[in-house]
Amino acid sequence: MFKIVSKKILNPTVTEMEIYAPLVARKAEPGQFIILRVEDDGERIPLTVAGYNREKGLVKIIFQIVGATTEKLNHKEEGDYIPDFVGPLGVPTKVEGLKKVCVIGGGVGCAIALPIAEKLHELGAEVTSIIGFRSKDLLILEEEFKNASDKCVVMTDDGSYGNKGNVTMPLKEMLEAGEKFDCIITIGPLIMMKFVVSTAKPYSIPVTVSMNPIMIDGTGMCGGCRLTLVKEDGKRVTKFACIDGPDFNGYEIDFDEAMMRSRQYAEFEKKKREETCALYKKAN
Amino acid sequence: MPFDPKKHVMPTQDPAIRATNFKEVALGYSPTVAKEEALRCLNCPTKPCVAKCPVHIDIPAFIKKIKEDDLEGAYSVIAESSSLPAVCGRVCPQERQCESACTLGIKFEPVGIGRLERFVADYHNENSKTKASKPESNGHKVAVVGSGPSGLACASDLAKQGFEVAIYEALHKAGGVLIYGIPEFRLPKKIVAREIEGLKDLGVDIQTNVVIGKTITIDELFDEGYEAIFIGSGAGLPKFMGIPGESLKNVFSANEFLTRINLMGAYLPENNTPIFHAKKVAVVGGGNVAMDAARCARRLGAEVSIVYRRTEKELPARVEEVEHAKEEGIKFELLTNPIEILGNEEGSVSSLKCIRMELGEPDASGRRSPVPVKDSDFVEDFDCVIMALGTSPNPLIKNTTAGIEVEKHGCLIVNEEEETTRSNVFAGGDAVTGAATVILAMGAGKKAAASITKRLLNK
Repeated sequence: MFKIVSKKILNPTVTEMEIYAPLVARKAEPGQFIILRVEDDGERIPLTVAGYNREKGLVKIIFQIVGATTEKLNHKEEGDYIPDFVGPLGVPTKVEGLKKVCVIGGGVGCAIALPIAEKLHELGAEVTSIIGFRSKDLLILEEEFKNASDKCVVMTDDGSYGNKGNVTMPLKEMLEAGEKFDCIITIGPLIMMKFVVSTAKPYSIPVTVSMNPIMIDGTGMCGGCRLTLVKEDGKRVTKFACIDGPDFNGYEIDFDEAMMRSRQYAEFEKKKREETCALYKKAN
Repeated sequence: MPFDPKKHVMPTQDPAIRATNFKEVALGYSPTVAKEEALRCLNCPTKPCVAKCPVHIDIPAFIKKIKEDDLEGAYSVIAESSSLPAVCGRVCPQERQCESACTLGIKFEPVGIGRLERFVADYHNENSKTKASKPESNGHKVAVVGSGPSGLACASDLAKQGFEVAIYEALHKAGGVLIYGIPEFRLPKKIVAREIEGLKDLGVDIQTNVVIGKTITIDELFDEGYEAIFIGSGAGLPKFMGIPGESLKNVFSANEFLTRINLMGAYLPENNTPIFHAKKVAVVGGGNVAMDAARCARRLGAEVSIVYRRTEKELPARVEEVEHAKEEGIKFELLTNPIEILGNEEGSVSSLKCIRMELGEPDASGRRSPVPVKDSDFVEDFDCVIMALGTSPNPLIKNTTAGIEVEKHGCLIVNEEEETTRSNVFAGGDAVTGAATVILAMGAGKKAAASITKRLLNK
């Protein structure tokens, strides 16, 4: 059993928790993920590591409430336990040797982008962060990003905070102004990452994207997380996000396919979440 | 008593009923039927069945005990060679092993050895009240990676020798393929749970949620004081065909489909694990995993076809599974191979394009390999395709451990002692052989346990 040591509501749909999992905390690196279950016979869900405290044995997770399992997790409180928490899985984000990096997070993806920005900052790289949200009430981690960045731009779709527009707008301006990043690292909705890639393309700046597809085991067993990479010669290669990723070269990802595959269980998720919410309502 | 040329029939759930539930299909012999079946054994002096058993159970000896109504005695004979009789009695391909060599089988049907093994094991499990206790420690620590058949067998034999044994399992539940792969209707999970409990009684420490190679490495296990390590991490990596359309929605690996159902209980309506309830499913492949996936899909309400590129004779699945699948209404499209999966505008599977095959000249292995029949391609509507084409070993441990070598298919290389190319690291089961059977894995685990015992105790 794994204890929930702290819980913080970041916004109405996003919650942060610290879980006591010393074996995972000992090794976790930015970009890696864990898999957890909230109850016996429950489903396994992957969540990217949002931070860790090796001394205290804590792993931070930040999740958006989308299905029944995240709904149930959100109903757990400080001091409660979850039965399973396994990791760290996947390959850490490559940060070594980077001197000037643009980190772009969208929505809850900012939770995963933050530890990467922090690590780069710690290693002495010049970090520009662009974080985007639908509106002000969904804003998370602004202070943390500012502390980890040389420059931090906040965007909201509706202009209710920061600058109005999406994350590609300031990126485009910077690139047009001649900014030369060694690398752009982006984490967020697939459609956002797709547009970050197309914005960066004319400038030939490498883009690393963090994929978060459907998966079960996280060790290469189910193949549910498979993605198609389109190589320079047009050859299509299948990769498993759990063991080959979650980070990939953004120029190679077939985003349209990934977006389509991400909707595999969308209806089921919605239905199960509604059922779960109804149960909680009844209980109250 | 008149001599019965046929095996006593295994009672089963009615096909029409069982195709709608996940309860066990084969119900097991009654004591009377078991004894009658045992009496068919000629107790022939050459014992060809024993030689064909991968772990050399003294089959005529245990059958003789059944004839004498000494069922615990029969169990003891089996337990000398096998750690998992209740499992193997259910899932071994007996028709290719012990029963294929039965002397009675030359003229008649062979003795139902598997059914008798299951009967004896079930009897023991229901009636034996003796609980194992932890033997006195010999002071040596051994780690076992993976809790499938090879790991369970290895841990059990080591614990009995007084070793301090810890099993590390990547998933949240112990049992490996017995839990995530083989469905409830073929191997009830309570049987596996009983084996796991038995190991705990022997003092084995089972750590779930630990991925060796990620959470802890092999080197760190040695640092923690383990003197030997057994790797039984199986062959979990699914294969795909590499045909167009495999990334469409509702194309699954059999591993994913079965894991959702078996490990995560997606067939239970109250469960939150998502599963696609298809109307018409094509399962590609002809092994036990293909049969399991097909029969699970059937139980979830789909019309199901098995698509296999060779003939019925070459189907690698157990004969009984093929028969059960047919009884449950599963269609067999033999000598047929998919060439493309077609999708609709939502990116979901809409149909499967296949080509008919014929068997060509025998290849180097002596098997006649299937070749496409020209212009025989056709399209059939399906809304789900499940790929059950076999699996290969997971490279996680190899990639994170210095000194462990693999052959070209990714299988760990071991010597006759089941030791890998790294000293004191042993391995067995599918991680070494590639996807094979429960009994071979169990046998390898036992053999490795003997090697480890010899090494650490200088015996």
